[in-house]
This record gives sequence, structure tokens and C-alpha cells, in this order.
Amino acid sequence: MEQFAQQLINGLAVGSIYALIALGYTMVYGVLRLINFAHGDLFTYGAYLGMTLLTSLALQDRFGLAVGLAVLALMVMGLVALIGVILERAAYRPLQSSPRLSAVVSALGGSIFLQNALMLIYGARYQVYPDVLPQATVSLFGLPVPVMRIAVVVVSLAMMAVLYLFVQKTRTGTAIRAAAIDQGAARLMGIDVNRVIQVVFVIGPALGGAAGLLVGLYYGQISFTMGWTYGMKAFTAAILGGIGNIPGAMVGGLVLGVVEALGAGYISIAWKDAIAFVVLILILIVRPSGLLGERVAEKV
Amino acid sequence: MNRRLLVGYLVAAVALILAPRFLDAYQVDVLNSVGLYVLLALSLNLILGDAGLFNMGQAAFYAVGAYTAAILNTRLGVPMLWAMPVSGLLAAIFAVIVARPVVHLRGDYLLVVTIGLGEIVRIALVNDVFGVTGGANGIFGIARPFLFGHKIRTPDEFLYLIWGFVAVTVFLFHRLEESRFGRALTFLREDAVAAEGSGIDTTRYRLMAFALGAAWAGMTGSIYAAKMTIISPESFSFWESVVVFLMVILGGSGSIPGVMVGAAIVVIMPEIFRDLATARMLVFGLVMMVMMVVRPQGLLPWRAPRFRAGDVPRDLPRPEAAP
Amino acid sequence: MSALLELRGVTKIFGGLVAVEDVGFDVVAGQVMGLIGPNGAGKTTTFNLITGNYRVSRGTIAFEGRPLTSLRTNRIVRLGVARTFQNIRLFQQLTALENVLAGRHCRTSAGLLGALLRTPGQRREERAAVARAIAELDFVGLPGRALDLAKNLAYGDQRRLEIARALASEPKLLVLDEPAGGMNEQETDQLVGLIGRIKARGITVLLIEHDMTLVMRACDQIVVLEYGKKIAEGPPAAIQRDRRVIEAYLGTEEAT
Repeated sequence: MEQFAQQLINGLAVGSIYALIALGYTMVYGVLRLINFAHGDLFTYGAYLGMTLLTSLALQDRFGLAVGLAVLALMVMGLVALIGVILERAAYRPLQSSPRLSAVVSALGGSIFLQNALMLIYGARYQVYPDVLPQATVSLFGLPVPVMRIAVVVVSLAMMAVLYLFVQKTRTGTAIRAAAIDQGAARLMGIDVNRVIQVVFVIGPALGGAAGLLVGLYYGQISFTMGWTYGMKAFTAAILGGIGNIPGAMVGGLVLGVVEALGAGYISIAWKDAIAFVVLILILIVRPSGLLGERVAEKV
Repeated sequence: MNRRLLVGYLVAAVALILAPRFLDAYQVDVLNSVGLYVLLALSLNLILGDAGLFNMGQAAFYAVGAYTAAILNTRLGVPMLWAMPVSGLLAAIFAVIVARPVVHLRGDYLLVVTIGLGEIVRIALVNDVFGVTGGANGIFGIARPFLFGHKIRTPDEFLYLIWGFVAVTVFLFHRLEESRFGRALTFLREDAVAAEGSGIDTTRYRLMAFALGAAWAGMTGSIYAAKMTIISPESFSFWESVVVFLMVILGGSGSIPGVMVGAAIVVIMPEIFRDLATARMLVFGLVMMVMMVVRPQGLLPWRAPRFRAGDVPRDLPRPEAAP
Repeated sequence: MSALLELRGVTKIFGGLVAVEDVGFDVVAGQVMGLIGPNGAGKTTTFNLITGNYRVSRGTIAFEGRPLTSLRTNRIVRLGVARTFQNIRLFQQLTALENVLAGRHCRTSAGLLGALLRTPGQRREERAAVARAIAELDFVGLPGRALDLAKNLAYGDQRRLEIARALASEPKLLVLDEPAGGMNEQETDQLVGLIGRIKARGITVLLIEHDMTLVMRACDQIVVLEYGKKIAEGPPAAIQRDRRVIEAYLGTEEAT
């Protein structure tokens, strides 16, 4: 029972990271009907930028841990959002009227480019985050749980809540939802769809970058290829929740994280990475619309 | 076949036959590498270029073929070239089983699913599935192949084996392109709904494309195993699939000479620009993005026209008169 | 007078929307049947149900007494029901000849081995298929256009090419979705002639059309749909006099 509870909490922590990344996939997909293959790499950039800024600026020494990390997070999110906007301009905007295949190939190319640029800058080896966080554990319902694990969940959920309110309550959020339902109609209603796309390419990468920073702080070790694994899993989460559906991505991420953690705990740790892929394939076969989403098979 | 293309093939064949006289062992080995990737690119071209199915898991079929041959050889003593058709067959069966539930998915989803399949296969190999794949270390001590009683060992000998198979493949695939089967794949790629509406069993042809593409990748895998004598899961990573995908897109999706040129460029360029070797993938990524804007059809998108004026008969009975 | 195609209680529901409700009619062998009705009446949906592009929610569709309702489109084509599309779906990048050969596919059989070995049988079949395709191009009025790319053909010619592709599959029933759509008067006249010649070949025709002069000239029998339901059925002269039809549809249509 204790093992179960620990795996559950662990799964929620990882799952909330998947959810943060999944939001980027789902929002871009909603508006552009494009799987942004480079999104996983934007997450990796968050992790690397976080590491560099953490060591070079040492904000936590100047402002204290909490404020320092908050400022750091904002900086990372801003920078990754900038990369996201540039990516959209360079790789996707020129292909808006091209066939789907072209955009997919371009997205893949963008991913490979970003990943290898990182490899050339930092080298192919694993990078290690500086130790800035307390290793303390707290007792939760009688279980010892690392503080960081709880922090990851709380911070992620807070960001998702802000995003949810933004999308539901603001004009820009309404425009995003409208463009996701029908881009053409949104255009006719006077919504500047290109601006919506840009906003989506700010928010998605910013959340992905934040997730990268969290992974760096939480696991302490990052690699330039990790965006693929996390990206594929987050994508699975987005599909699980019904792609294009924002609350769906949050739920999908948490569910996948828990399933994976329990699977690794009870079935086999060696097959852990395969679990998400099996889940992905099964959903696409059995219920491609996810919990709440569009059909993905071809129709007339 | 088009005369210019035929001349091109002949020149390439003569150059390859004479190559060992002018190149050192390392350079011949690069050519062997090119040959293996040409085979992989041609096999993926059937699926991606001809049938228009986004498959980013070609390495999985390559792996199934290589491991089948390696296991048959090291465990049962089956000679490598005898194992080759079995490799192809098993890869094809595997492809049909895994593709059956997902072939109807829309392009980008199929892409993601095939990435997933490729990863599952790799993870299965690392985990020593069925206890026969040797885990992360792989399988070693694979015997060299014999051809007409002659042991194939040196790079020069492999050059003839590999490129001989390339020649057979190109010949057969051109025939395929001009046939009813090849046309059906083209219809499927151009408009699956119209193809189905014209009476073509699109599911069946999607699976056939996967089966045939996988069979060729599987046979190529067995040659790879014979050449290396050691295989391990890392040779069949996701990046292998990406590189082969790139070769097809870069060269000219659907064009046999195009994907061959694509494969040659992707293998040889980093050898020439040694300083760039580490930046190889960076350049490829950039090329993929730029190409889609500038030249989405690929460098050499040339396809043989299926019919020319001479093929169109005159003086035909009108259908009314037909019984 | 035997029914080639029978629809009985055919209903199609999309989500909560009833697109076709309890529609039933017979298409008699050798006749030209028109399916008309205002936009959104469920005509194309009915076609898609017949050709297997959609699955019926309720009811049966039988062709020569054989149920079609669980068959996939390509099987239905093989049984002898070929169609054209409202928004032309040709293989635009391919030649007219190749387009027609697509229709020939289900009447030929060369497989993978035939292709690789290029057996005498396979070559004979290829030659015959090409000859038949050319003949169909001539038949629809596209002689000498075999090697033109479909996308380079004029709009009316593209419609005719689609008919040639459908004819190449040797249908017993030809289903035409707005064959005169986008055609000028002269082309429409030619189309009426073509439909007559198709009928003369013994092929039954079922068509959707908005051009009432064409419908009245070409059709032996007409079914009228409105809001997914059949409101009338009969020969053109009777349909023109039918009060419900005039109210629902012809009244506005004739004014234009």
C-alpha cells in the first residue's frame, strides 16, 4: 500500500510535467491542426536555459530561493517563448497554405535542428543541475514525500489554473477557442488568426520551458535528447485527453503519469518507456477522439 | 524505361564495378554504407513515396530482418544468404500485424504511431525479448555469407553483394511502378477516397505497401548483419528511421532515382565535410525546413511517365459494340 | 421491371441530426432515375450511403437483392455500383488515361508477382485495360486527351473524365452526383446525350441534379427529398404537377 501511494504521488509529479508540455501540443494543434514536433525540444531548451541561468546569474543567492527561482522561471519562460515565436515564423508560417506533409516535415526538421544546436553548444553528455534545492521530505498522510515532488505538482497545477482562467475569461482566450473550433469562421468574425497563432506559440513554449526547468530542478540531470521522450509522452497525454482540448491535456497528462509510474512499479521498470507508446497506440486504435476530441481517421 | 535514366544507371553501374580499383578500403566501405541506405530508402519509398503513408518506423522492420538472420545464423547455423528471404518474410508479417490496426489513421497520426512502434521494438530488443536478442549487447559472431561457395569477407566483395542487390531491387521496383499494383499505390497516395470509390481496396494496398517495404528493409537488415557480424539495438534507433525518412524526402518522394540520390547525399556529405560531421543532423534539420519552402518535391522528383504516345492504341471497338 | 437497387427505411443520423429519415425507393434496371430536392435535403448523404462511404443508421439498401449496408466501398464498386463525386475527385496529378485505369482496377487481377515477373498474361491484361480505358475516353467525348493531366482539363471535361473512370469499372448502376455542376448550356446538352448513350449500353443511372431541364429531359423516374424525407416519386410529368414538390422546391427553382 505504501509503495502504491508513493508511486501514485510520483506519477502525479511526472504527470503534471507531461500535462504542462501536452498543453503546448494541444493548443497548437487546436489552432493549426499541426503536430508541433519541435515542441519537445522547446521543453529541453527550458531545461538547458534554466541550468545556464541558474549557474551564471545565481539569482537564488541574491534574492533568496523562492524569489530567485520565480524570476528565473519567468526568464526561462520568456526566452523559450521567444524561440517558439521564431520557430513559428521560420518553420510554419511560410507553409500555412502548403500540404500537410510539408508542415509535418518542416516541424520534424525544426525539431532536429533545435536538438542538434543544443548538442553542439553543450556537448552530447548529460548535464547536471546545480544543487540549490532542499532535499527535505515532508510527511503526507504518514508517508515521507520529497518537498520537490509536491512543489512540482503544485506549481504545475497553479500554472494550468492560470492558463485555464486565461482561456476561459479573456478576450484573447475566447479568440483562441474560436480559432480552434473553426479557423475560417473565426477569420470571418474578425479574429486575427495569425495573432492567435502567435499567442499560442508564446503560451505553449512558455509552459513547455517551465516544464523543462522543473524537470531539471527535480531530477538534476538533463540531456539534449530528452525532448523526444518527454515530447512523445506529452503528445500521448494530449491524445489521451482529446487533442485540441485544453482541460483534456491536463487530465491526460496526470492519467498517463500515474499509469506509467504504476506500470513501472508493478510490471517492469525496463519497459517503462514503452508503456506510453502502447497507451498511445491503443487510444488511437480504440478511441481516437480521446476523452473529448475530434476524429483523426480520414473521412469523406 | 526512359533512355536518359537507363544511361544514368549504366554509368553508375560501371563506376561501381570499377570502384574497388580506384578507392581504398575505407572509401569502398562508405559506398557499401550508401548501398545499404539506398536499399532502405527504396524500401521506405514504397510506403512513404508511392503509397503516401507517413512511416517513421522503418528501422523497426530493418531490425526485425537483421535480428531474424542473426538468430537463425548463430543459433541454428543457417547460412546468412539463406536467412535473407526468411528475414524479409518475417519483417513483412510483422509489418502487417502492427500496421493493420493503424493504417487508416491520418498522416501525422500514423507518423507518431510508427515512431512509437519503432521505439517499442528497440526497447523490446534492449530487454532481450523472448530471450534471444542478447539485450543491450546484441548478437555477435554472425557468420560471413557464402555466395556460390565463395566466402564474402572484404569490403570489395560486399560492394558487389550489396550493389548487386540494389540493381535487382531497382529493376524490380521500376517494374512495380509501371504495373497495376504500382498504379493502385499512386491512386491511394493522390486521393484515398477517390481510389476506394474507383474500386480499389485501399486497406489492402496500404498493408501491401507496408509488407513489401518491410520485406525489403528486412532483407537489407540481414545483409547489414552479415556485413557487421555484430548487431545491437542502438543500430536501429529512432534516428535511423529519421535519416531514411529524410533521404526519401530530400531526394524526391516517389522517385526511384531521386531517393537513391537522397541516400547518397545524406551518407557521403558528412564524409566529405569531416568538420561538419558532428553538425550533420543540424544541417539536415535545417535542410528539411528550407526544402519544404523552396523545393517541397525534393531534389530529383523525376518519375517515369507511365504512358507515352506509343502506348495509346487507335482504331478501337467502341464500348457499345463490346459484347 | 425489376428493381436493381432497393432502399427500404434508410435513415442516417449524424450525432443528433437526422440527415436522411426513412427513405425508400426502387431504382428500376435500365432506367435513369433522378434524385432531387433543395440543398440540405439529404441527397448526397443518400448517395454516400448507397456507395458505402457512410454507414446507414437504420434500414436496408440492396443491390440485385444483395444487402450493401455492411460492405466497404470498393466491394460495392466490384458488385457493379460506380459513382462520381459532387466536388470532382480526380487524381489531378495523373493523366486522363491513368484516371480511367483506376476504374479498370477492379476488373483486372494482375498482382505483385505478375508485376515483378511481367508475365505474358499480365501484359495482355495491361494492353486490354489501356484499350478499354481509351475506348471509355472516346465514349464520354474525350478522344485524344488520354495523356493530358487531369488538372489541365476544362471543368466540364473533368466531369466527363470522372464518368469515364466510373464506366471503366463496368457498372450496372452508375451514380452521378451533380454531373452538370459548373457546366454551360452546351456542355449540359452533350451530357444529356451522354446519359442517353450510357442508358443505351444497358447501364442504369441514378443522378442528383439541380438543373431541372436536364432532370426533366434525362430522367425516366424522379424521387424528391426534402428535409431528409421522401415527399414524392414518379415520372417527370407527374413530379412537375405535384403540389408538394412545387411548394417545396420547384416553385422557387422555376423562378430562376
